[in-house]
Amino acid sequence: MVRLITHNLLACHVKGCDSNNFPLTFSDAEVEIRETEYNAEFLKGFFPKLEWKALVDSARQLGDVSLPETPPIDYDSNEEFLRALHHVLLEIHVQEGSMICPNCKHVYRIQSGIPNMLLAEHEVAGR
Amino acid sequence: MSRPEFEAPPEIYYGDEEAKKYTSNTRNQEIQAQMTDRALELLSLPPGPAMLLDIGCGSGLSGEILDEEGHVWVGVDIAPSMLEVALEREVEGDLFLQDIGQGFGFRPGSFDGAISISVLQWLCNADTTSPTSSPYARLTRFFTTLHASLSNGSKAVFQFYPQNDDQIQLIMGVALKAGFTGGLVVDYPNSKKAKKYFLCLFVGGSVPGKGRQQQLPQGLTGEPEGIQYEKRRTENSNERGRKDKKRRNIKDKEWILKKKDLYRRRGKEDVPRDSKYTGRRRKPIF
Ligand SMILES: C[S@@+](CC[C@H](N)C(=O)[O-])C[C@H]1O[C@@H](n2cnc3c(N)ncnc32)[C@H](O)[C@@H]1O
Ligand SMILES: [Zn+2]
Repeated sequence: MVRLITHNLLACHVKGCDSNNFPLTFSDAEVEIRETEYNAEFLKGFFPKLEWKALVDSARQLGDVSLPETPPIDYDSNEEFLRALHHVLLEIHVQEGSMICPNCKHVYRIQSGIPNMLLAEHEVAGR
Repeated sequence: MSRPEFEAPPEIYYGDEEAKKYTSNTRNQEIQAQMTDRALELLSLPPGPAMLLDIGCGSGLSGEILDEEGHVWVGVDIAPSMLEVALEREVEGDLFLQDIGQGFGFRPGSFDGAISISVLQWLCNADTTSPTSSPYARLTRFFTTLHASLSNGSKAVFQFYPQNDDQIQLIMGVALKAGFTGGLVVDYPNSKKAKKYFLCLFVGGSVPGKGRQQQLPQGLTGEPEGIQYEKRRTENSNERGRKDKKRRNIKDKEWILKKKDLYRRRGKEDVPRDSKYTGRRRKPIF
């Protein structure tokens, strides 16, 4: 179950791929909506971690246009906004498809909601 | 003690059959739940829900304790069969098929903490002779990228089964080099059965918002609760333990079925079918 909350934290980890490697681009995504309990406290705490533009763009790739280009200043007290954020971050599940690195084009396949993050030996960072 | 990590690589050892056996064993559920509770205690998160990483999440026995506490979590595991069971059991966390020895790609400061239950010893076995897959190289990638993905002032707590002192030294050495501070907490050091190792690692020196230094918690001593339980089980022509357990199971199950029913009536579309896993025991009661 890749949700946008996790996708927003995820960059490509292929060896040597360390710039322009975020956010991964969705391709052929099949989504499922699953309601989950609204928790404003969690959202407020998590908000500072978000890369906003990446979130808005990725949500659009998945067909959701409910988020504004820039978050409202009163984000932590604006319930309408927080509810939309809740839905986008936690209720949209990408079940099938792939995530592609904008830099090295590595394809992370998603099957039954689980992305395959395994790398081939030559893609693993050396030490 | 038999060591599964000597038998086969994890994704092979935890194949379909073992994954099911591992997950449905009530004694095992109990132990993993207890150790996860203790790991959470050692994590000592600030109040409120957090974003956590479950390293080697397997079929979700550890992760569902995080659900109970209201946290949001991401689980990574290398064994597809374990992840499949996690899907069947409808855990709440997002799951990744990932080899932690290859390192993470999470953005800096992504998580408020990490737990790992019964996993780290697996990372000390090399499956090939290539230099990038030596235990040292794998541990280094793992700890370095983990350190980066944790927020400042947070912690990572690992319950693990070290093979020997050298292995402990190796693991701690690499973790410190990767930037962590902290050390080993040993619970019930004098009990053969209940002795448990928790590696507690800190990111940055001070507690968030408090400005005071992180301190390594004390290990538990005295009479471990787990052992009383163990005794009861082995004296087990005594059927009380069993019965109590069943009753708890049923109660939990009823509660979950009710909740699912409620969701269905609210028009929630894909409430999972009730499976044989519905309402399995979670929290140790002792
Ligand atoms: C004993 S199980 C514990 C699972 C879960 N934490 C629990 O408490 O039930 C150990 C898990 O570690 C996983 N594991 C071992 N080596 C790993 C690696 N290199 N990367 C990711 N997961 C790994 C195994 O696949 C297995 O699911
Ligand atoms: Zn890349």
